[in-house]
Amino acid sequence: MSDGAHTFADAEAITLTGAEIVVRALIDQGVDTLFGYPGGAVLPIYDALFAEPRLRHILARHEQGAGHMAEGYARSTGKVGVALVTSGPGATNIVTPLADALLDSIPIVVISGQVPTHLIGSDAFQECDTVGITRACTKHNWLVRSVNDLARVIHEAFHVACSGRPGPVVIDIPKDVQFASGLYQPPKPDAPQRYRPRLAPDPARIAEAAALMRQARRPVIYSGGGVINAGPKASEHLRALAKMTGFPVTSTLMGLGAFPASDAQWLGMLGMHGSWEANHAMHDCDVMVCVGARFDDRVTGRIDAFSPNSKKIHIDVDPSSINKNVLVDIGIVADAGLALEALCEAWRGHNAGGEDRGLDAWWAQIEEWRAVKGFAYRADDTVIKPQYAIERLFALTKARDVYITTEVGQHQMWAAQFFHFDKPNRWMTSGGLGTMGYGLPAAIGVQAAHPDALVIDIAGEASVQMTMQEMSTAAQHDLPIKVFILNNEWMGMVRQWQQLLHGERYSHSYSAALPDFVKLAEAYGCVGLRAETPAELDGKILEMIDCKKPVLFDCRVAKTENCFPMIPSGKAHNEMILARTFQGDEIDDQGKMLV
Amino acid sequence: MPPRTDDPSESRTLAVLVDNEPGVLARVVGLFSARGYNIESLTVAETDSAQHASRITIVTSGQPVILDQIKAQLERIVSVRRVIDVTRDPAGVERELALIKVRGAGANRIEALRLSEIFRAKVIDTTLESFIFELTGPSSKINSFIELMRPLGLVEVSRTGVLSIHRGAETA
Repeated sequence: MSDGAHTFADAEAITLTGAEIVVRALIDQGVDTLFGYPGGAVLPIYDALFAEPRLRHILARHEQGAGHMAEGYARSTGKVGVALVTSGPGATNIVTPLADALLDSIPIVVISGQVPTHLIGSDAFQECDTVGITRACTKHNWLVRSVNDLARVIHEAFHVACSGRPGPVVIDIPKDVQFASGLYQPPKPDAPQRYRPRLAPDPARIAEAAALMRQARRPVIYSGGGVINAGPKASEHLRALAKMTGFPVTSTLMGLGAFPASDAQWLGMLGMHGSWEANHAMHDCDVMVCVGARFDDRVTGRIDAFSPNSKKIHIDVDPSSINKNVLVDIGIVADAGLALEALCEAWRGHNAGGEDRGLDAWWAQIEEWRAVKGFAYRADDTVIKPQYAIERLFALTKARDVYITTEVGQHQMWAAQFFHFDKPNRWMTSGGLGTMGYGLPAAIGVQAAHPDALVIDIAGEASVQMTMQEMSTAAQHDLPIKVFILNNEWMGMVRQWQQLLHGERYSHSYSAALPDFVKLAEAYGCVGLRAETPAELDGKILEMIDCKKPVLFDCRVAKTENCFPMIPSGKAHNEMILARTFQGDEIDDQGKMLV
Repeated sequence: MPPRTDDPSESRTLAVLVDNEPGVLARVVGLFSARGYNIESLTVAETDSAQHASRITIVTSGQPVILDQIKAQLERIVSVRRVIDVTRDPAGVERELALIKVRGAGANRIEALRLSEIFRAKVIDTTLESFIFELTGPSSKINSFIELMRPLGLVEVSRTGVLSIHRGAETA
């Protein structure tokens, strides 16, 4: 730092306690809500929060809940989510949300208390090596040993969390640092940062990509969560690019909403439980444009048979994503929005007219795949099919300002298949880590950010019990989330895999002794509803939507329905199985070894 | 699962320039263990205390696509300022220092001393029945010397791991 800058900085610096610095820095970073749980090692910060009108604190019932709430808040707003926890168990309890946010690239800042510096390493009460434990599940973390480093670290933490590929960070603050007095400096937007990810695409690579796209006769755009993370503009550029090129668009689970599901060029989600047409298009395409996705194993299926005849363009803000799982022909390190905008411009420059792109044959093929209706299921008059329940939920909430979260399992895949999104930031799900228990607290985080919206957690009865205690949080803070439980009494996806892969030996996957979810809701001071027949479903859903309180909706569905279509483990996209052709012997021994 | 290619595995030396802050070595080493990469040798020391800079030199091995992935993963770490691929730098110099203890008498002892002169090793300690040699050079030279000492009474070896720098007046 030059002398000049130093004088300037000092002029703005004010003296505060460490705890006050934390509160002030959060406010200066634009934080309005944080999720947390107090404890011995964060009491000074809680003291500074007491009667602080600018920060709303949502009291979770478990630190894991606080972490997922911060994730839900972040994903639905595009802002950084913040959680505050104490040392030891407070920190270890939030490890799952950190790992979740790391895999799904969600920007959250977790502030943890730590034992006083002179006790670090002495196995003190509620001491754990928080930076050591969280090193592998954060983008970066800091142990702040001096109060004068605190403001700089917090500002850097926000920068790291939301720049480049977003992710979770942890700031571990010993209790004596919270009490000590030190200098606070506000953030300076133009201050030099050591972390400077590349955002602008290389124009030469963009030109190469556009040239390749012009040659394409069987193209597909495969977009991911990176497009949503790059902000609403990126989704607009994606729509513009699809429009001008006429290319079909598919997306990962994380990318749903970036491209409107109501658009004729939308193929649906791809991957293990994706659409028949999306997976076949991926397999048979000649040019693949991957934007902000990472060729995850749930997307690619058998890697050596993945889209064997295509040239691949991969746009990612994280250079390590390129050529990690799949070798590509053109790698472009860039922010998804900037790269899509540049691609649109490059395309416009060469294709001013609306000339024939030569894609008719490809679209005809896609329509044939569409006609297979891979998501078809056998309807039933007496039993609610889980797919039907989600179809009705979608139909009855379509006109609303709706946000959906999910837990993990069959219900999550059915939600992705049967609930449709036209806007980004409306779909919050645990994609990479697959965290059961994510959806309920995530919904609370979403509702805190969007108080007037309809926020629904599409849940399974097994997942939702992992974080059920957060209903108490929803009740306390008047956050009227709707938990729509597809209750089939089984850990449905586990049961499905045991049926398909383990000789129908249903080892410990039946949820015996389930609670009465209606009474449970009432015990929390919330509202419980139950639907048992297709005939009563619509009425009950409307009752749920109109309810001003948090709701647990016990939707009793068919018990042994399987989630199809499915790319069996170890198979390629074009070896997908359908519900109506399912035999039971599709997965070989090698496939069984895969997760 | 990494991309499958038929390329053979090769050895690569990476110089990782990092901010000298607590935990930085753990971040780098943790990356290698978490993702299943090899570390053949690793050295680390502060190189500029005013700039809080340290230099970690890592010798690793793998297929070229994996080596590129390792470099990209290292560059992702917030505390990493720069990663230099020393092996691919035509002006890269690599050196290692070894301390080698040899015990023997008579002809073997004389032969060990004679070979040490050929390798330009320094004798830094001696008793009537042993030598400690200090040897500097590329790892391959140290390996050769160790193999020659083995039948002559090799007792113990201590090596620094590889260090590297760029030839000429500039940095790499």
